[in-house]
Amino acid sequence: MRSILVAFWLAFLFLPFKGPKAALMLFAVVLIIVSSWTYLKRRGRTLREKVFPRINALRAMSLSGKRLSLAQCGLLLFLIAVPFFAGDYVLDVAILCGIYIILALGLNVVVGFAGLLNLGFAAFYAIGAYSYALLNVRLGLGFWESLPVCLLITTISGFVLAVPALRLRGDYLAIVTLGFGEIIRLVLNNWDSFTNGPNGISEIAPPRVYGLSLGGLDKYYFVTLAAVILSYIVVKRVRLSKMGRAWIAMREDEIGASSVGINITMYKLYSFAFGAFWAGVAGALFAAKMRFVSPDSFTFMESVLMLCMVILGGLGSIAGVILGAVVLVALPEALREVQSYRMLALGAGLILMMIFRPQGLFGGARK
Amino acid sequence: MLFQQIINGLTVGGVYALIALGYTMVYGILELINFAHGEIYMLGAYLGIILFGFFTSVGLTSHSLALSFALTIALSVLFCSAYGFTVERIAYKPLRNAPRLSPLISAIGVSIFLQNYVMLTQGATDKVFPDLLGSAGFDLLGARITYLQVLIIGVSFLLMLALHLYVTKTRMGKAMRAVAQDKVMASLVGINVDSVISVTFIIGSGLAAVAGIMVAMYYGLVNYFIGYIAGIKAFTAAVLGGIGSIPGAMFGGIFLGLIESLGASYISSEYKDAYAFAVLIVILLIRPAGIFGKSTEEKV
Repeated sequence: MRSILVAFWLAFLFLPFKGPKAALMLFAVVLIIVSSWTYLKRRGRTLREKVFPRINALRAMSLSGKRLSLAQCGLLLFLIAVPFFAGDYVLDVAILCGIYIILALGLNVVVGFAGLLNLGFAAFYAIGAYSYALLNVRLGLGFWESLPVCLLITTISGFVLAVPALRLRGDYLAIVTLGFGEIIRLVLNNWDSFTNGPNGISEIAPPRVYGLSLGGLDKYYFVTLAAVILSYIVVKRVRLSKMGRAWIAMREDEIGASSVGINITMYKLYSFAFGAFWAGVAGALFAAKMRFVSPDSFTFMESVLMLCMVILGGLGSIAGVILGAVVLVALPEALREVQSYRMLALGAGLILMMIFRPQGLFGGARK
Repeated sequence: MLFQQIINGLTVGGVYALIALGYTMVYGILELINFAHGEIYMLGAYLGIILFGFFTSVGLTSHSLALSFALTIALSVLFCSAYGFTVERIAYKPLRNAPRLSPLISAIGVSIFLQNYVMLTQGATDKVFPDLLGSAGFDLLGARITYLQVLIIGVSFLLMLALHLYVTKTRMGKAMRAVAQDKVMASLVGINVDSVISVTFIIGSGLAAVAGIMVAMYYGLVNYFIGYIAGIKAFTAAVLGGIGSIPGAMFGGIFLGLIESLGASYISSEYKDAYAFAVLIVILLIRPAGIFGKSTEEKV
């Protein structure tokens, strides 16, 4: 009875948008889904009872040490071997995955470790990409000379954004970061004389080593892989360091953390700057790979996508976040035909995730 | 010139205020930034176009324009309220006791979902709202004021007045204020908190629907992503006035409309959308509680 009501209601809402025929179809689909869901729930076979414990077991196994290091070595060998058998298309997607992994790891520092919701992370990504693009095209600097400058600029911008963050909490902070992201994009879009506006900057040079261009996909793959491994190791070490522990303490209880002597102000600054640093790395990699940047690549949706990677994998879990990034980049590529439904599914996925598994696929339960 | 910009600012500001009311009411009660509220406004604009087109196709518009228009508004409000109610039930209600980040992320999910839902069902191209009043109007103090602008400003103010009376004078309004102050205490004195929250979403969504239709008429064009930017601006308006405060949202909306309109004509129109963000950041830095808001101490 209840399922008929729900199906009827949703079909009614859908009616004006696609007409009676589609509404009828939706009615049938929702009816089937809801009634089978209630049936399964009555028999105790929902995700909560059946699937999640298995994921948790997998997670516990992966955290338990020895078997992991062997698996890690295997994975590393496999990743190194990829360019020798994979085609250009696979490499292209793999490089993109790598860039997003770095971004997601960086965002995870801010959102997952320090617990500060950042909805404008694409701004740092944009700053990183544009810094390299402008240094290269306007000043003729190479990739390796520009990189430190790039990273300095993004890290400083992280500090700058963190200043308002110190005064705001929770959702207000989210909105300010969102505003920051939009302002950066609008400036890039409208400051024609400096950034070339909506047309973007083209002919950015790929990195070179001893005169050898690393622009080819197979070579660039290794540059990205190295950056990903570096970011993974550094983020992991920092997570276990004093700073990482302070972030987690701050996330769990700000007042409690400050009362045991953690300087909240400084650690918030560090988390923003450290996150922004990795966005800078990803930005420079992105600019050098595409050889072109334009404001279109750094929209609010991009920030949300990064956030989805972090949340999907599991806030605060490094392995989970990497998984999230790979899934969200590779899956839409694999499912080309249904690409237009990708964002729809992403939206629905976020809601369902928050309701059924707020800690993410691979995240551990909060203690 | 100045007077013209003020009239334009009031028109847009009235619309912002109507949307901002939805944000502020929900925030007052749930402490949740309802990210999906801008999408409800977008749905309102689309429903206006769809329903008006439907009535035209069945011949009602040629029979009686006023009736067809009134039905369009009434049905859009009904549908949007239904959407607001449904969104609350599906995406927010199960998360009422979750950490604060969860409903916010869920709200972002709703926003993405609704945007793409409209894009997939209605197409990604601009939709045109039929020009009903045209550019007919009158001249006052050297400014050209269209009847449409008068309509928008008039309707916005009437609705705001109605809402104010509803919240201050009726039983349900009293219950809303009680729930906003303290949910647990309100439920102890016999207020059904769930239904108060539902009513809040229904009213806020209805106001957003009216705003959506009026904007569709004003600009003539509607797209599936108008909700995002309008939502942000309305949220800015709500924060500007002091989030949670209903008069604050009204004031903030109009103030923001004026800033935008004057800024676009006297400073630079390219950065028109950036003013809202800049104002938002400045307000949050100087006076996070907003102009009418009370600053609250954090509970330990």
